[in-house]
Amino acid sequence: MKRTLTICAATGLALILSGQVALAEVKIGAVVSTTGPASFLGEPQKQTLELYVKELNDKGGINGEPVKLVLYDDGSDANASRTFATRLVEEDRVDAVVGGSGTGNSLAMIPVFEDAQIPYVSFSGGVEIIDPVRKWVFKPPHTDLMACQKIYEDMKKRGISKIAIIAGQGGFAKSMEKQCKRVASNYGISILMSESYGPRDSDVTPQLNRIKASTGVQAVLNPDIGQGPAIVTRNFHQLGMGAQLYLSHAAATSGYLKAVGSDANGALLPAPSLLVAEALPESDPLKKVLTGYKTLFEKSTGKEADAFGGYARDSFLLLADAMKRAGTKEKTAVRDALEATKGFLGTVGTINMSPTDHLGIDLSSFKMLKVVDAKWGIAD
Amino acid sequence: MLTKALQNPFVSTLAVALIVVALPLVVGSNFHIRLATMVYIFSIVVLGLNLLMGYAGQVSLGHAGFFILGAYSVALGPSQLGLNPWLSMAGGVALTSALAFVIGRPLLRLSGYHLAMATLAFGAIVYVFITNEVDLTGGPDGMQVQRANLSVLGLSHLMSWYWLAGGFLVLSMLILSNLLSSPAGRALRALHDSEVAAGVLGIDVARAKLMAFVISAALAALAGANLALLDGHITPAAGGILRSVELLTMAVVGGLGSLVGSVAGAAFLVLLPQFLTEFHDYEHAILGFLLVVIMVMLPLGIVPSLNAVMRRWLP
Repeated sequence: MKRTLTICAATGLALILSGQVALAEVKIGAVVSTTGPASFLGEPQKQTLELYVKELNDKGGINGEPVKLVLYDDGSDANASRTFATRLVEEDRVDAVVGGSGTGNSLAMIPVFEDAQIPYVSFSGGVEIIDPVRKWVFKPPHTDLMACQKIYEDMKKRGISKIAIIAGQGGFAKSMEKQCKRVASNYGISILMSESYGPRDSDVTPQLNRIKASTGVQAVLNPDIGQGPAIVTRNFHQLGMGAQLYLSHAAATSGYLKAVGSDANGALLPAPSLLVAEALPESDPLKKVLTGYKTLFEKSTGKEADAFGGYARDSFLLLADAMKRAGTKEKTAVRDALEATKGFLGTVGTINMSPTDHLGIDLSSFKMLKVVDAKWGIAD
Repeated sequence: MLTKALQNPFVSTLAVALIVVALPLVVGSNFHIRLATMVYIFSIVVLGLNLLMGYAGQVSLGHAGFFILGAYSVALGPSQLGLNPWLSMAGGVALTSALAFVIGRPLLRLSGYHLAMATLAFGAIVYVFITNEVDLTGGPDGMQVQRANLSVLGLSHLMSWYWLAGGFLVLSMLILSNLLSSPAGRALRALHDSEVAAGVLGIDVARAKLMAFVISAALAALAGANLALLDGHITPAAGGILRSVELLTMAVVGGLGSLVGSVAGAAFLVLLPQFLTEFHDYEHAILGFLLVVIMVMLPLGIVPSLNAVMRRWLP
C-alpha cells in the first residue's frame, strides 16, 4: 500500500512538473477511443496521429517549433472525453485539439472548446457537429447525411424509388438511419419498410424474409458499421433477394470483403476514394495523397489503412496547414486560417472551408462502388 | 474517543462538508474542480447503493439504470415538455423513485444471485430503451442538455455545479446519517445481519428493503441529473452495465456500511484513472492490479479497514 501511494504521489508530481515546463513547442491535444466498443475507430487514429507527428517533427515541426502530441484514451465513454477535454484545456494548455472518435464523444467535448476558444477538428461523422456551424469546430469526415444523399442520387439514376431499410442499433446505424429517413422525400424515395436487428444478432433472415414477402421493394438499404453489413449481405445472398443491396460508406473496409467474399457481388455503396486509390486515374490530384497515406500507414503498422485513420490524418494535417498559413499557433489566427482553408487535399477529398461550411467537402468526394468478383470496382 | 468519533456518521458528514467548502480555496484549476464535482456526483449514487448493500444487505447491478433515468429526465424535460431544468430534475427524481417503488416490490422478493440478475436485467432494459428510442433520446450519440441558469449567484457554470453537487452530497449524507440513527435505520442493519432474526423481532422486512431500494434509486437519479447538467450532453453509455459494475466497485472499495467510505470509493475510482494516463497502454492493467491489491490488503474496503487499524493503535 505504501508503495502504491509512493507511485501515485510520484506520478502526480511528474504530472504537475510536466505541466509547468514551458518550451517553445506546438501542443496538440487528442482524445480518441483506443479502448472500449469504438476501439476499431480509435486505434488506427492513434497510430496515424503518432506517425504524422513524427513525420512533421522530422521535417522541422510547425513554424520552426516541434509538435508535442498529448493523447488520451476516453474508453469510448463520452463523459470521460469531456473530462479529458477539460484536462487538455486546463492542465496541458494545448494550442489546438483533434479527436473524438464517436459523434457522442465529439458532441460532449465541443462546449469545452467553445468556452475556452480553442480550435477543434473532429474525427467523427455525425452532421450535428458542424450543423449548425460552431465558431471553433471543424471536421473533415464525410457525414452520414452525405452518404444517404449519394445513395439516393444513385438510386434515382437507376430508377429506384421504393426501398426498405434494415439497420442495427449502434450509434452509427441509428444516426444514419435517421438522416436517410429525413431526406428520402427530397429524392422522391419512399421507404416502404423499416427493419432492425440487435448488436449481437448473427442472423437477420426473418427480417429480410419480411422484406422479401412485401411487394414493390426495389432496393434494400443497410446503413450500418462493423459486422452488421456482413451479416445482412450474407443472408441477403442466401435468400436470393431480387432487390438491389445498398450499404453505407462504413462497410467499405477490407474486413467486410474478407467476411462475405463473393456473396457481396452486385452490392453498391458510397465510399471515400481511399479504398480504390490504385484504380484512380493518374491525373487525379488525390491519388498521390491517398497512396501516400496508405503506404506510410501500412509500412509502419503492418495493417491495412482504413477511412477512420484517414480522418485523423486529414484533421491533423489540416490543423498543421492552418498553423503554417497563419504563421503562428495563436488560437484566433489558427481558427481564421482553418476557416479560410482552400483546396486542401485530404483522404476524404478536396477540402474548401468557409464561414458557413466547416465540413468543406461535397458529394463528389464520395465514389459509388460496386462489388464485382469479391473486389471493389468504381460504379460511376 | 477519536475512533468513536470517526465512526459517527454525523462527524464524517461534517468532515466532507469541510472538504467541499475548503477545496476551492486550495485548487484553482477548472480541471481539478471538475474532478471534485465528479467525485461528489458519484459519491451521491454510491451512498444510496451503500445504504442498499452495506446496510440492507441487498445487491443491485442495475443502479446505472436509475442514474441514467435521472440524467435523461433533465435532458428530456426541457426539450420535450418545455419544463425548466430544476423542475425536470425534481420530476426525474420523483418518477424514478416511483418506478423503484413499483418494481422494487416484486424484485426484492428475490435475494442473492437472483436479485443481482433481476437488477442487472432492469439496468439492461433501461439502457436498450434509451439507446433505441432515437427520436426521443438521440440514440447512442446522446442528446444535448439545456444548461440550467445559475448565473444569478455570479458563479461560472462549473463552479455553480461544484457547489450544487457538493451541497447535494452533504445533504444526502445528513439525511442518511439521520435515517441510520433512527429506528428505521436500526431495522435496516438488523436486516443485513439476518433477515429471519429481523422478522422475528417484528421488523417489516419487505418494507425496510423497499425503503432502502427507493432511497437509493432516488439518490442515483439525483446524481444522474447532476452529471447531465454538468456535462451539457448525455449519452446512454453513461448508464451502461459497466457503469453499474463501476458503482458497485466504488461501494465495495470504499467500504460497505460506511458513509464516508462511499465518498472514498468514488474518489478513488474517479481520480485514479487520471493519474494512470501516464502509463498509456498499461493504464487499465494497472488499475485492475491496484484494485486487487486494495481488496487483498484492505478486505473491508478502504475506510472500515483503516478504521480497524486505527482502533488497534489508538486508545
